[in-house]
Amino acid sequence: MSDFDPTGQNGTNWHPGLRESYIFDRNTIAEIRRAASQGIYDIRGFGAKRKLPHFDDLLFLGASMSRYPLEGYRERCGTEVTLGTRFAKKPIHLKIPITIAGMSFGALSGQAKEALGRGATMAGTSTTTGDGGMTEEERGHSEILVYQLLPSRYGMNPDDLRRADAIEVVVGQGAKPGGGGMLLGQKISDRVAEMRNLPKGIDQRSACRHPDWTGPDDLEIKIEEIREITDWEKPIYIKIGASRPYYDTQLAVKAGADVIVLDGMQGGTAATQDVFIEHVGLPTLACIRQAVTALQELGMHREVQLIVSGGIRNGADVAKALALGADAVSIGVAAMIALGDNDPAYADEYAKIGSAAGFYDDWHEGKDPTGISTQDPELAKRLDPEQGGRRLNNFLKTLTLETQTLARAAGKSHVHNLEPEDLVALTIESAAMAQVPLAGTDWIPGQSRDGF
Amino acid sequence: MTTATEIEVVDLAVTTRRELNQRLHDARDGGPRSWRIVNPNGAHALAVGIDAELDVVIDGHTGYYAAGMNKHANVTINGNAGVGVGENIMSGRIHITGNASQACAATGRGGLVVVDGDASARCGISMKGVEIVVKGDIGHMSAFMAQSGTLVVCGDAGDALGDSIYETHIYVRGSVAGLGADCIEKDLKDFHREELGRLLEAAGADAKVDDFRRYGSARQLYTFNIDNAGAY
Ligand SMILES: Cc1cc2nc3c(=O)[nH]c(=O)nc-3n(C[C@H](O)[C@H](O)[C@H](O)COP(=O)(O)O)c2cc1C
Repeated sequence: MSDFDPTGQNGTNWHPGLRESYIFDRNTIAEIRRAASQGIYDIRGFGAKRKLPHFDDLLFLGASMSRYPLEGYRERCGTEVTLGTRFAKKPIHLKIPITIAGMSFGALSGQAKEALGRGATMAGTSTTTGDGGMTEEERGHSEILVYQLLPSRYGMNPDDLRRADAIEVVVGQGAKPGGGGMLLGQKISDRVAEMRNLPKGIDQRSACRHPDWTGPDDLEIKIEEIREITDWEKPIYIKIGASRPYYDTQLAVKAGADVIVLDGMQGGTAATQDVFIEHVGLPTLACIRQAVTALQELGMHREVQLIVSGGIRNGADVAKALALGADAVSIGVAAMIALGDNDPAYADEYAKIGSAAGFYDDWHEGKDPTGISTQDPELAKRLDPEQGGRRLNNFLKTLTLETQTLARAAGKSHVHNLEPEDLVALTIESAAMAQVPLAGTDWIPGQSRDGF
Repeated sequence: MTTATEIEVVDLAVTTRRELNQRLHDARDGGPRSWRIVNPNGAHALAVGIDAELDVVIDGHTGYYAAGMNKHANVTINGNAGVGVGENIMSGRIHITGNASQACAATGRGGLVVVDGDASARCGISMKGVEIVVKGDIGHMSAFMAQSGTLVVCGDAGDALGDSIYETHIYVRGSVAGLGADCIEKDLKDFHREELGRLLEAAGADAKVDDFRRYGSARQLYTFNIDNAGAY
């Protein structure tokens, strides 16, 4: 951050007449200069940083004359979720409706994966592997582990399929629907190279399409194969990046999903082109109702469970996603921050690598001072997996308590009883996307106003 | 009870696929070692996820993903195989006496896959250590992003062979319609002659080592460089 402040609030060098362009702002100018000097797009981690309609644009109504609330610290408000009730012999039982999203070993250090496993297990929820296979750190510490089947198939093997608790077929990711993966040479250590069967130190690009199926009809057969290999025990998830959520949800149901993971464009990534992160996909808020409608039309809402991710930060986000019809949510970036990412205690070190705590997103470079998004053993040692696990557990507990607080205020004895009727929208955009009325009106953009 | 030397016959006209695969999985803990499967009728996901030294003969054509993700098993398909035969094979052997459809042995990590006829597009896509011998031709985009292992083609290869290849060795006896990005012809050194000879013999292929050309990675795209952008 420069100390130049165009508002004149704290800068000394601003004076009237220095007017920053709205469209050529300092970030834009810096990016043009960077592109001109490097000749390649900017790659970074984190999720979309631009302002988008989001859960903050919704409010809960709370109880009133016609709805009575539940006693905050007395009356039960259930949070448990069962995933995989459609076909799997062994569905998954979570204590809380918040799961840890797939983040690859390679992107994250072994210590970070272990910390995620520890924290999630304490909180009674699951973690998910990622593009790079299953590590002992994660399997060992995650009581419930979801194993991703990605286009790259790095490390894919039948033994890990059998020791997973669920399998997630990744079709896309919210940060980059239609894009493949990327792991730059700095992060391809001996161990990562071996797990992925690649030469060490090369820039590794993961495929964007699956090698052995194209389209929903093939996927249906692919899922049958995975079920046959694992004797129909495990729930099978399909993860989609939000782009055509209504149709993709229907096709995922047709393809035989037990669970659909829907990742909005704010969803985090370890390394993607900035242009992709900021310009492709639908905001998380805009896709939930479409997916839920698709499920309802098929009579599959709550039968095929829906997990929503992309920019979930607090219990309000969780409660709103559930009220719009999700069965659970998933978190990536927030979980990393809970472990210690962007910790101000490392301010000096962030400055040395040209960043700052609170802004750091160069997770692809492997220089993370907190030891989370790195393969450098010296940096990785800084993250104590036990302490990281405790912090993640604290965070998950907080999200759950916040979610319950809002649900009780709306009179719900289970967080799944939250419903769109509990919500209003602050903006016309969010009212249209979430299909709830604009606050103080009975107007839902796109719906007829007759028969209030 | 069958003894280990007897052949267990499973008729898919009367037995479900689920039952068949379950029995093959349970064979990890004992039971018959030799299996004969009749009336497959193009069913998908037959004989997948086996983790035992079984001999399995399938009499007839198979659908998608036959013998996928197997370890140690020796599977023969007396017929044609659908998409993704032997996908992600870990070890053991698969022999297809007819033709194989697309994505034959995709992402395979070990073992040997032999196709007596032709294999279609994307043969050996993303292969990670498997050895593949195709006695006929292969289709386009074969060995796309192939990481390691060996692909031997006694006939011709289609377009974009070995596109974005990593360290897989490719040997083709016939013509190559076109090489993909970063795939080039390379010298056949003694090491390669030996590897090729061993595979031709293992596959029972009637071909001479010196009739083959070798293809592999130019390793120009291993590190992203803007001056290569046109190559992608
Ligand atoms: C460091 C990092 C690595 C990721 N790796 C993967 C991956 O390997 N596979 C995948 O499907 N998604 C991956 N994702 C995306 C997450 O699974 C998830 O969709 C996203 O983080 C959710 O949005 P949120 O970060 O705003 O919570 C990754 C995200 C991050 C932050």
